Amino acid sequence: MKILLPVKRVVDANVHVRVKADGSGVDLSGVKMSINPFDEIAVEEATRLKEKGSATEIVCVSIGPAEATEVLRNAFAIGADRGQLVIAEGDLEPLAVAKILKAVIKKENPQLVILGKQAIDYDNDQTGQMLAGLLGWPQATCASNVTIEGDQVHVTREVDGGHQTVRLRLPAIITCDLRLNTPRFAALPSIMKAKKKPIERKSAGSYGVDLKPRLQVLKLAEPPNRKAGIKVKSVTELLDKLRNEAGVI
Amino acid sequence: MKTLLVGEHDNKTLREATAKALSCAVSLGGEVDVVIAGRGCRAVAEQAAQLSGVAKVLLADADAYEHILAEPLAALIVSLAAPYDAILAPSTSSGRNILPRVAALLDVMQISDVSRVLAPDTFERPIYAGNVIETVRTTDKKKVITVRTTAFPRAAGGGTAPVEPIPAVANPGTSQFESEELHASARAELTSARIVISGGRALQSRENFTKYIEPIADKLGAAIGASRAAVDAGYAPNDWQVGQTGKIVAPDLYIAAGISGAIQHLAGIKDAKVIVAINKDPDAPIFHVADYGLVADLYTALPEMAAELAKSNA
Repeated sequence: MKILLPVKRVVDANVHVRVKADGSGVDLSGVKMSINPFDEIAVEEATRLKEKGSATEIVCVSIGPAEATEVLRNAFAIGADRGQLVIAEGDLEPLAVAKILKAVIKKENPQLVILGKQAIDYDNDQTGQMLAGLLGWPQATCASNVTIEGDQVHVTREVDGGHQTVRLRLPAIITCDLRLNTPRFAALPSIMKAKKKPIERKSAGSYGVDLKPRLQVLKLAEPPNRKAGIKVKSVTELLDKLRNEAGVI
Repeated sequence: MKTLLVGEHDNKTLREATAKALSCAVSLGGEVDVVIAGRGCRAVAEQAAQLSGVAKVLLADADAYEHILAEPLAALIVSLAAPYDAILAPSTSSGRNILPRVAALLDVMQISDVSRVLAPDTFERPIYAGNVIETVRTTDKKKVITVRTTAFPRAAGGGTAPVEPIPAVANPGTSQFESEELHASARAELTSARIVISGGRALQSRENFTKYIEPIADKLGAAIGASRAAVDAGYAPNDWQVGQTGKIVAPDLYIAAGISGAIQHLAGIKDAKVIVAINKDPDAPIFHVADYGLVADLYTALPEMAAELAKSNA
């Protein structure tokens, strides 16, 4: 069984992003970029499925600038076998990304697609579900456990109030939540090997899908900052303030 | 302008997220219909009919909708979409699961997590873990929107909308419900509670949540939350996680005990009216956003607080 892994290059989770002074975008000059952390969990999960014998090949795809090669190499170092880089100028919306991925899937014919539940830049939480809709495949979002059994996959999902387990008929789409696994640290030999794994390059325009943005970004701004309040000296003083000053208890 | 709002429920009770998303739907202008899809959920439809601002409730009652799976729900919503200019759902785990699938089937780019309506086609939404607010205008004729419910007030009651049963549509049948484990709790729900008390990694165990956090939650009628670190360490269940990748809360009072204040946690609480931080590290980032900070060891401060609250309640 072949698994396809869409992976995105995003601002590193530890970077505190700043909006450009004119509000036209986020200042990304000199900022550290990384594989989207939820996508890294997807790579780890696919690798474990391959190690268990449930999968035979892992193909990763990144849509973005030429530098997105780095995140494909990250995926290789964990366990992906080969990659595709779809070069796109600027940010593509999830709908356009899903349309490109659909075209890739039609050619690659994977039985399972695993990706992060959201990218930590635009926090859309859409791509996996859109892709499932376009393909007419079943979907399981926010996965915390994945087990393959024949032509079906059992997925436990994190939902409001607890967990839900569903059974999907393959081919299917799974999006990962935080607690699905903890990605391994790639060892040096794996990193060296990753440099030799093949990457096929194509341009986003070559898929013949409509990439035109549907949303016009009018402005980006930083939200108003909360100001630090006061320090109280004791529990008694705290409760007094909450009762008599803030009036919240 | 005509809007369809996807109601959120457990086949018995309409969740408050729907009443909040309704306020967003109403602010688009025009009529708002609510669709309730489930099994044996007539009572839910009747609750939705009582919300002020609802023109009509569409009730799809069928076996296929019992567990609110994305595939049959999306098929139903797409079949209803034609007369509507906008389709909305609260940005809950269910809304986030179903609506992007609907959007793709309608060839629409969804606007996720809308926190403010500036015009019927222009919206604000948080991105980068809430560190940036993006203003977007959609060029799609039909709009598909998930609503950040903490940003909108609950719609009032007193409505008397008609409930109209509608037939189920063909179920793609590619997914099956197997089981669920929901935490039965008499406590207030995290995202709608007036008071929330959360614990961090400093709690050190599940037992300490019970011993130190619960007594205060009981006395204040508060919901209980946790930091991601506490959830990852197994001290608290996953659905207690407060933060950008967990639950977004906006209570009147938020008490953070033993939580240092990682960016992604702060993103989930910044709309709280009053934030209290109890932490023994005076340099913890949580103090930069707290209205009231108490530098203290939670193992002495929390029992003291519980005792004082017990005294004043007596």
